[in-house]
This record gives sequence, structure tokens and C-alpha cells, in this order.
Amino acid sequence: MSEMKAVVNNICKEFGNDRTRLMDIVRGVQEKLGYVPPEAFELIAEKAHTHRVEVESVVSFYAFLSDKKRGKMVIRLCDDIIDRFQGGEDVAKALSKELGIGFGETTEDGKVTLEKTACIGMSDQAPAMMVNDVMVTNLTVEKIPEIIAKLRETEDPQSLVTECGDSNNAHELVRAMVNNNIREGGPVILSNHRRGGGLRKALTQTPEEVIEDVKGAGLRGRGGAGFLTGFKWELTRKAAGTEKFVLCNADEGEPGTFKDRVLLTERPDLMLEGMTVAAYAIGAETGIIYLRAEYAYLRAFLEDVLNRRREDNLLGINILGNEGFNFDVRIQMGAGAYVCGEETSLIKSCEGTRGDPTDRTPFPVVAGYMVSPTAVNNVESYCCAARIMDMGAGWFSSIGTARSAGTKVLSVCGDCDRPGIYEVPFGTKLRDLLQRVGAEDVAAVQVGGPSGQMVGPAQFDQEISFEELATGGAIMIFSNQRDILEVVEAFMEFFVDESCGYCVPCRVGNVLLKSRIARVRNGEGSPDDLAYLHRLGESVKRMSRCGLGQTSPNPVLSTLKNFRPVYNALVRENTTGRLKSFHIMKAVEQASQIADRRSEVFHA
Amino acid sequence: MSDKIKITIDGKAIEAELGQTILEAADAAGIYIPRLCAHKDLLPIGSCRVCTVIVDGRPQASCVKPVMDGMVIENDTEELLQHRRNIIDMMFVEGNHFCMFCEKSGNCELQALAYRFGITAPQYPFQFPEKDVDASHPDILLDHNRCIMCARCVRASQELDGKNVFQSIGRGFDRKIGVNGEKALGDTDMDVNDKAADICPVGCIIKKRVGFETPYGERLYDKEPIGSDIEKGATA
Ligand SMILES: Cc1cc2nc3c(=O)[nH]c(=O)nc-3n(C[C@H](O)[C@H](O)[C@H](O)COP(=O)(O)O)c2cc1C
Ligand code: SF4
Ligand code: SF4
Ligand code: SF4
Ligand code: FES
Ligand code: FES
Repeated sequence: MSEMKAVVNNICKEFGNDRTRLMDIVRGVQEKLGYVPPEAFELIAEKAHTHRVEVESVVSFYAFLSDKKRGKMVIRLCDDIIDRFQGGEDVAKALSKELGIGFGETTEDGKVTLEKTACIGMSDQAPAMMVNDVMVTNLTVEKIPEIIAKLRETEDPQSLVTECGDSNNAHELVRAMVNNNIREGGPVILSNHRRGGGLRKALTQTPEEVIEDVKGAGLRGRGGAGFLTGFKWELTRKAAGTEKFVLCNADEGEPGTFKDRVLLTERPDLMLEGMTVAAYAIGAETGIIYLRAEYAYLRAFLEDVLNRRREDNLLGINILGNEGFNFDVRIQMGAGAYVCGEETSLIKSCEGTRGDPTDRTPFPVVAGYMVSPTAVNNVESYCCAARIMDMGAGWFSSIGTARSAGTKVLSVCGDCDRPGIYEVPFGTKLRDLLQRVGAEDVAAVQVGGPSGQMVGPAQFDQEISFEELATGGAIMIFSNQRDILEVVEAFMEFFVDESCGYCVPCRVGNVLLKSRIARVRNGEGSPDDLAYLHRLGESVKRMSRCGLGQTSPNPVLSTLKNFRPVYNALVRENTTGRLKSFHIMKAVEQASQIADRRSEVFHA
Repeated sequence: MSDKIKITIDGKAIEAELGQTILEAADAAGIYIPRLCAHKDLLPIGSCRVCTVIVDGRPQASCVKPVMDGMVIENDTEELLQHRRNIIDMMFVEGNHFCMFCEKSGNCELQALAYRFGITAPQYPFQFPEKDVDASHPDILLDHNRCIMCARCVRASQELDGKNVFQSIGRGFDRKIGVNGEKALGDTDMDVNDKAADICPVGCIIKKRVGFETPYGERLYDKEPIGSDIEKGATA
């Protein structure tokens, strides 16, 4: 108890007893104690000048935070459909068997807790799991006994890393078994280029000229929505306010997306250069990288990059001798919430509260972080901006299509020979990509992850671009061996787990969609159920408050459209007038139990 | 400050003031837009989405969206009617609502909305979630079975009572209203005279020992449908 007090006191002090650093405070407490005990809520609230229920509100929001005692080592196995199709379910069973516990449980000796989690950004080396912050990839059933034995023996997850992955994954501050799997680089980001050229050139121009260049290049946000980056910077620059902020969205929570993980590993300087250019353009002195909790293994490495940049005067005061241009960056760790990739939710999380999105009037460019004008951009967008500064707007806009300039870094996973990272010019046909990644016998491709579209062969001649097939980076490939509706159900499960629950259509509608898909999959559906799914999906899409709910029915709606025969084969016109999903024996079972006798009318 | 602007709702031109939300402007013009989480004494948060209208082709929650000059708004359309009914249905099946046994029946805004929309039984399957009843407070009962997570109590406590008795905890379908005390409402500084005790649109926050003072049949929405006051009392 007194240990708890000392820990809380110290950590609160470390963060200046600052209410807006509540995320770091509770993360810190959990790091020390293994969980955030309810007894600590009051104490934290007192120190950080907030209320007990606010602390509980934060802890209960994030999947990686817990108010229950857990094991010294927490295993989080990726439960995404990609992993399941690569043997993840057998790995899950093997883990359970080896540890003698089920998921959600802790071993009796208090050493290991077993959990499932959504995509951890290792989809090209699935099945994968995290043990505390350590990534363990390419799992097989055969490897599990050895892994568990080692964890029991060393109690050190890092001991599982006997061989490091490629390139910076072997850096002494990373030392991860993760692989970049960069299969094809492109001219903008994954090629050899001069370092620091973009920032130097930007500083010879006025901030307005920098914004004009980014606008002229036609750069659109790489995080998914495709908003014009230069325009966003201009709005932020022009918004009233003395303090402005540059936020980098490194939350990368869309299942099947892992390109930011690779950019953070291989191009951290380019990203920071872009953030610095943005700071110069909009007049910001503070930047924040919001790093998803799953990528905590990159944190020390990124902190080191920040330090080097400070030493080189690329961050800090009077950057590169430019009187009055000051900019520094801190890392904000997430704690397991997909919705925190949504920009208003990300801002809330940076302010130390739960990640409920906020209304987008006013927009973050006017009132974002700390109610100040804020530009939120994706990791890749900042990389592009730095390159535009170096090579010129014309060079950039000459690559890609008319309305989608430049290249896109794609993360490809699923049923193909060469999963991994591909930087391709916008306008590349999906069919070409499938050929390059070695995907044959393809039944469906999920473009843009669960929130995107499931397309079939009829759409393979469309191009990857904002105009046709838009994606934040995810390309998930499913062969003819796969059950499309199993994928749909898994994606709906994802949205059910990740909905923040703030608004009704998303909180409830996704649960209803998921259970009706399950009914259809079980062969208990009728054509009426398809109409029901469509109507319900439209309501969730149209009525939800933020981008999560507005896209969550896409797995259902896009497959209803593009894979109608799959549904039609499963449903049957109901001629009996009775619900096929209704089982009278099941319905009377409980009553029979209570009465302690079988039903006279309905019995086997 | 009265910067008058013009907007149209369902083709009807009305005058509005800059700074108003669409919902406020509609109210003033005697046009009823259904709502649940919004309350005239509280800052709007846009959580129930029942008040969604279409502005220039895009859905917007009218309780949070400020008016702008020349806005073209659709409110009473077949599409929105359907979506709103669906959302109301969702609120019924996500909780455990047994109106015939509920103290709030007749004064309940959710029930009244359902009646106004002609809903007699929800089209969605009941989820029958397990929810707690918190009777720890001497004067107030908290029956989570009927909570629709509108967060009116959260806001009333903060904005009107200067306290912080309630806050949302958890997320997704398991989200619920938490209280600022060790275990239950009885551990908080909630008082029966707090504005938060009177703000719940449904029968989740109920005062003890005053139940059924007004008999069924003589309650607020037993007499006329919800929204009638607005439709009658145009102030502009
Ligand atoms: C549920 C949800 C999750 C999102 N996750 C991410 C993410 O992980 N990374 C990202 O860059 N953008 C994400 N976005 C988009 C952001 O809201 C925002 O548009 C983006 O960060 C802006 O940067 P950009 O213009 O450079 O793309 C997400 C949006 C939603 C609705
Ligand atoms: S749409 Fe979903 S995630 Fe977004 S605010 Fe509503 S409940 Fe939360
Ligand atoms: S809260 Fe309203 S809808 Fe729910 S049971 Fe009571 S009267 Fe019915
Ligand atoms: S208790 Fe009542 S006022 Fe509070 S969120 Fe629930 S329904 Fe709304
Ligand atoms: S890590 Fe499992 S799908 Fe991404
Ligand atoms: S009344 Fe507007 S969202 Fe609830």
C-alpha cells in the first residue's frame, strides 16, 4: 500500500502533477505496479488536480491499461483474421495449453497473463504477439513450448529475441526480431536521398512560400482521408492563436497497416524533418508524436533520434541558425485504442483524457490540442512534405495521377508470396500490384483495412488512388480458400471492440450487425436478413458521430455489393413462417432446468 | 448580439441568429427536431444522434452544429425518419426497458419519442445485458438497466451543480456511467436537490420515496406527444 503511494507520488511529480499528462501518469503507474489499482485512483486524482472518476474513466478506456492485478509478463496475441488464417488459432490453443490458462487469465504464480488484441502491425509476419513491449513474430505451434519455457526461466521477454530483424530493427536501441520486408522502394520515400535537404531549403523561403509549395505539389494526407496537407497548414497558420501545434499521427491502428512502423524504423529523420517544416510553415513551437502502444519497442530509438536532432540544432532553439525559429517534439504514448487514430480523439488522448472523439466544429486547425490551432498529419505525409521541399512541387506532382500526386507506401499482407512494403506511384492498378506481390487465386482484396472496401476480381483493374481505390496503406489479400463472411464477421468484431461507445448508432449498431452476419454465416438467414443488414448498415454509416462509426459498416456494405452471390448462396427464402435462428429446444432448456423436468411438448 | 441570418428547413425559410445551433434555431421557429441528449440548460454533446439532419447533403447532429447563413437543412424526410427510428430501437434493445414497471413511464423522453415515431416494439433483438442497480444513496436510485448514456447527468453535475459526480467509464457496448466515489453513488457528494438528480431523460436516475406521485395516465407525455410544446410555442 505504501509502496503504491510512493510510486504514485513519484510519477505524478515526474509529470509536474499535470492533469493533461494523465496518460503518462497512469501508464507510469502501470509500468511500476503492473496495473493501476483502484486504490490509486483517488491519490492520482488528488495529485493531478482532477477527480477520481476521471482517472477511472481513462484507465477503463484503454485496452492496455488495467485496474486488475496482472502477470509480470502480459502476452497479447494478435487476433486479427490475417493471423487466424495463418494458424493463429492453433497458436492460441498452444499458448493456452502450455500456460494452463485461458485468455484473459493469469497463471497462478502471477507470472504470465494471456490476452488477445487487435492487429499489432506485424501482419506481414503473422501470427505475431507482444510480450510486454517485445514483439514476437512468425509464430508457429511448435515454437510455443520453447517460448514459454524461456519466459518462465528468464522472466525477461527480451530473451526471446535471439536474432534481430533487418536494418534498423537490429539497432542497439531497438533489437527486435521484426522485419521491415521492404520489397519495392519508390522515388519519394524509400529511395536513397540526401538527408536534411528539405528543411534547409524550406528555411530559405517564407512560411507562406512553403505552404504554397506543399499545396502546389498536391500532397494529400496519407492517413486515409486524403485532405490537402498544404491547405490544412494554411488554415492552421491563419487561425487566431499565439500557440500552435504540430501533431504526428503514428497511431497506425487500421488492421493490416504497418507501413508507418517501417517508416518510423527507417525514416524517422525524414518524418521529423517534415514535422519541422510544418512547424516553420504554421508557426508552431511544439510538436507531439502520438505513438501507438504497440510500437513502444521503438520508443527509445525515437527518443535517441530526437536527441541527436537537438544536438545537431535541427530541433531546439534558433534551428539551423534561424533566429526565432524554435521547435521541439515529445512522444506521447498511446495505450491501446484504435479510435485514438482519429484526429480529435488523438488530441484528447494527448491532453490526458479518454479518447472519445470531439465534434469537428470547430476543427482542430482552429481549436485542437489545448484548444489551439493544430495540424495533425500522418507519418508518411510528413515524409512527403520534407521531400517536396527538397525536390520541388513540380517533381512531386509529376508522379502519380492528376488528383493523387506522388507515391503511396502500401503494406501488403495475407495470401501472397511476398507480403511487406511496396512504395508505388498512385495510379498503379490493383491487378499489377497483386502480380508483383505474388498473389494468385485471389478471391478478394480488402483495400484500406476493415474501414475500407472489400473488392473482388471485377474491381482488380481499378487503380490505387484517392479517386478509385483509396487506402491508408492496407492491402489484405484473401484467396479462394477463404470464407469471405468469416472475414466480415471478424472485422465487425474489431469495430465492436474498438467503438468508443459515445454515440448510439456505432455503440449498438455494430453489435447488431455482427450478430446478424453470424446468423447468415450459420445458414440461418433469409433474404430479409440481407435487407436488414443493408438498412442497419446505412443507419450506422449515416448517423454515427465520427469516422469510426461512419466506416464500420463497410465490411458488410461493400461485401453485400461486391460479393452478393456469397450471401445469396447462404440465405434461403423462409417458407415456414418460422425464424430459422429460433430453436425451441434451446428456448425451453432453461425453464426445464428450473422445473427440473423436461418439457412435455418439446423434447428430444 | 443578434446577427440575423437566413436558413431553410425542409424548404421553409426561417430566420436564425449567428451563434445558435440548428436545433435552437428550429425550436425558435416552432419546428421540432427530435432529440434526447440535448437539454436546454446544458451544453450539447451530440451523443444520441437522434437530432441528425442533412445539411447540404451531409448528416450533422443539429444540437451541436452552428447555423450558417444560407444553410439548406432537411429534417422531416423519409430517410431521416427511418434512421431515427433505428436509433431509438437501438436504445431500447441495448438496455433493459420494461416500461410497464418503470416509474418514469409517461414522463420518459425515450418512451415518448418511440410513441411519437409509432414504435410499439423494437425491430432489433433484445440484447438483455447484465446491468447493476445502485441503491446505495439514501435518496436516489441509479438503475443502469435504463441508462441511454446521454451524459446529461455528467454535464448537469459539472455545469449546474459545480460538482463532478458522474463520468463515463469503459468503452463500446460496455460503456457505462461511473460515479465519483469508491464504489457507488452513496460514496459521492450527490445531493437529492442537485440539478443532476432531475435531468435524466429516462428512468435511470430516480428519486426515492416519491414514486408514482402522479399516476400513470396523467403524466407529461400521456397528454400530448413529445415536442408538442415546441411546435406550439414558436418564439420567433
Ligand atoms: C477511427 C479512425 C482511425 C484513424 N487512424 C489513423 C491512424 O492510425 N493514422 C493516421 O494517420 N490517421 C488515422 N485516421 C485519420 C485521422 O483522423 C486524420 O485524418 C489523419 O491523421 C490526418 O493526417 P493526414 O491528412 O496526413 O492523413 C483515423 C481516422 C479514424 C476515423
Ligand atoms: S462513431 Fe463510434 S467511435 Fe465514433 S464517437 Fe460514435 S461511438 Fe465513438
Ligand atoms: S426508462 Fe423509459 S423507456 Fe425505459 S423502461 Fe422506463 S419508461 Fe420505458
Ligand atoms: S443516468 Fe440518465 S442522464 Fe445519466 S447518462 Fe444515463 S440516461 Fe443519461
Ligand atoms: S499483426 Fe496480426 S493482422 Fe496485423
Ligand atoms: S440531441 Fe443531438 S445528438 Fe442527441
